[in-house]
Amino acid sequence: MMSQTTGIGPDELLGAYRTMRTIREFEERLHREFSTGAIPGFVHLYAGEEAVAAGVCGLLTADDYIASTHRGHGHAIAKGCDVMAMMAEIYGKATGLCKGRGGSMHIADVDVGMLGANGIVGGGPPLVCGAGLKAKITGTDQVAVSFTGDGGSNQGTFLESLNLASVWDLPVIFVVENNGYAEATSSRYHQKGIDVAKRGDAFGIPAMTVDGQDYFEVREAAQAAIGRARAGGGPSLLECKTVRYYGHFEGDQQTYRPADEVPTARAEHDPLTLFEQRVTASGLLDAGQLREIDREVGELIDRSVEQAKAAPEPALETLTEDVYVSY
Amino acid sequence: MARTLSYMKAINEALAQEMDRDPSVVVFGEDVAGGAGTSQPMDAWGGVFGLTKGLWEKFPDRVLDTPISESAIMGAAAGAAVSGLRPVAELMFIDFLGVCFDQIFNQAAKFRYMFGGKTRTPMVVRTCYGAGAGAAAQHSQTLYNIFTNIPGLKVVVPSSPYDAKGLLTAAIRDDDPVIFCEHKALYGVRGEVPTELYEVPLGQANVVREGTDVTVVALGQMVPRAQRAAEALQGEGVGVEVVDPRTTSPLDEATILASVTRTGRCVVVDEGYPRCGMGTDLVSLVATRGPRLRAPIGLVTPPHTPVPFAHVLEEAYLPGPDEIAAAVRTTLEPVDA
Repeated sequence: MMSQTTGIGPDELLGAYRTMRTIREFEERLHREFSTGAIPGFVHLYAGEEAVAAGVCGLLTADDYIASTHRGHGHAIAKGCDVMAMMAEIYGKATGLCKGRGGSMHIADVDVGMLGANGIVGGGPPLVCGAGLKAKITGTDQVAVSFTGDGGSNQGTFLESLNLASVWDLPVIFVVENNGYAEATSSRYHQKGIDVAKRGDAFGIPAMTVDGQDYFEVREAAQAAIGRARAGGGPSLLECKTVRYYGHFEGDQQTYRPADEVPTARAEHDPLTLFEQRVTASGLLDAGQLREIDREVGELIDRSVEQAKAAPEPALETLTEDVYVSY
Repeated sequence: MARTLSYMKAINEALAQEMDRDPSVVVFGEDVAGGAGTSQPMDAWGGVFGLTKGLWEKFPDRVLDTPISESAIMGAAAGAAVSGLRPVAELMFIDFLGVCFDQIFNQAAKFRYMFGGKTRTPMVVRTCYGAGAGAAAQHSQTLYNIFTNIPGLKVVVPSSPYDAKGLLTAAIRDDDPVIFCEHKALYGVRGEVPTELYEVPLGQANVVREGTDVTVVALGQMVPRAQRAAEALQGEGVGVEVVDPRTTSPLDEATILASVTRTGRCVVVDEGYPRCGMGTDLVSLVATRGPRLRAPIGLVTPPHTPVPFAHVLEEAYLPGPDEIAAAVRTTLEPVDA
């Protein structure tokens, strides 16, 4: 059954499109910039998975929490992290969101409830149990969402966290972004093709699997899970089948992947294209509104790269700030 | 007002009083209440040693049993801390760090620095360590050195009931993750403990005994053993000063170096493994930052073996007062020119 587009106002739809377009432009631009050698370290791009971040985070407020993954730029943008400061962070500059100390894999802003991208696969699920516990103990209606890949879903931390959240009845949503690859290893090998959502039953957690390329499907499932959590109904597991448009990291030659896999997905099942087809066919938005957003986002990303390149390096005395130092 | 309490009761009292004072303090871990899910009363166990007994009665919403899932427990503490609680999570035995270390050293320890100083991670991990209880190789290790090695963590190693209460209070109020290492062989040791809450600041060593000839630096269970050695040496006319750093991170380098400067001789006693431990770290501190000494620095540790089970082997494993006294005497021997 096709997910519903009704009951979603035009502002929310425009916001969702802006989020997805911002993620796409941010990542495509990073892909080009990385190839010039301008960006240090490891970068893992989120392009192709935009509907998941937008569909889930669009229903959260700044008071809610998320914990993210290696592939965290999309979650950070969707949760409201400042795009200019994010780009500066990836360039390792003083104006970066984490003062240049975190980089791509550790982008975080607790002020908007973003508890960090994470360099450790499966690092996030235990953290949202703590954030959910805070909401439960202090009696707020906050929720906490962890994003995990199919790779991370095989970590003990993920399974321990499903159980703990269930035992403690926490307002937590475990979102699994199943892009079919744990780094280079196909999910057809590493979990025998079994849907991760089926694990929900084992822990007494409501679970469902949706098409992660379809913003409306993701949003509908997330709305049910978030609503249940806010109302004291405990945790949920939401598996989103999605597609990673680039390698595990930038520079990955993807020799493990059929050559037509990404081009086919881009042509036939792209989250932004699907979204546009749905909203224009139903008359909810017109294409002109979307092109205007495209233009504004393009300018924002251009500006973010220009400013990141021009920004100062971190001052050397900041090396030993914000940590207890002995010796 | 002070009265005599055990090391274990002193820790329990700090938890109870701090939870009473601050509603953001929560306690969770395996069996910390005990009795959940059965027809028996909650709080049936109060932790594997009964240390947290009575807390659930007072704070039923803030004392939570957990599954045996140390990674989830440590990560939940880190996540709760960054989102506004002051969790005190129990790692039942320090040896279990092997199944949860990531959440402590890659997550909690690094948040404040890695996220540009915006976050605070006010969590305490209470854990017990050390040999002497016949608990064998996987429940008896002394591993505070591993945590001490990690930037971003603070590490506390109390040796007396007074210090245990005051240091735990300071640890709970600290905005960084603190690993609070309780020696299981000290749980029954009694000492004077004030009734009211107080803090023993992190990073402040305690000169537990003054002496002019040799400085002995010791931690945890090694402190009372060093004191016994010092008493024996007093009869030989040797004045031993015993310095207990109390916390290994921050480390009160100034007090240690000032003592060694006065005595000119130093012996370090550590219950940890001999390689890459607090023992070698303290020796390095004195050797590289201390004064010109009158004798080589002594180091007393167990052998480089797992902790054995049989009582006679375990006693042979642990540094005792006799070995400490022998190491002190060695520093008093004439040195060849």
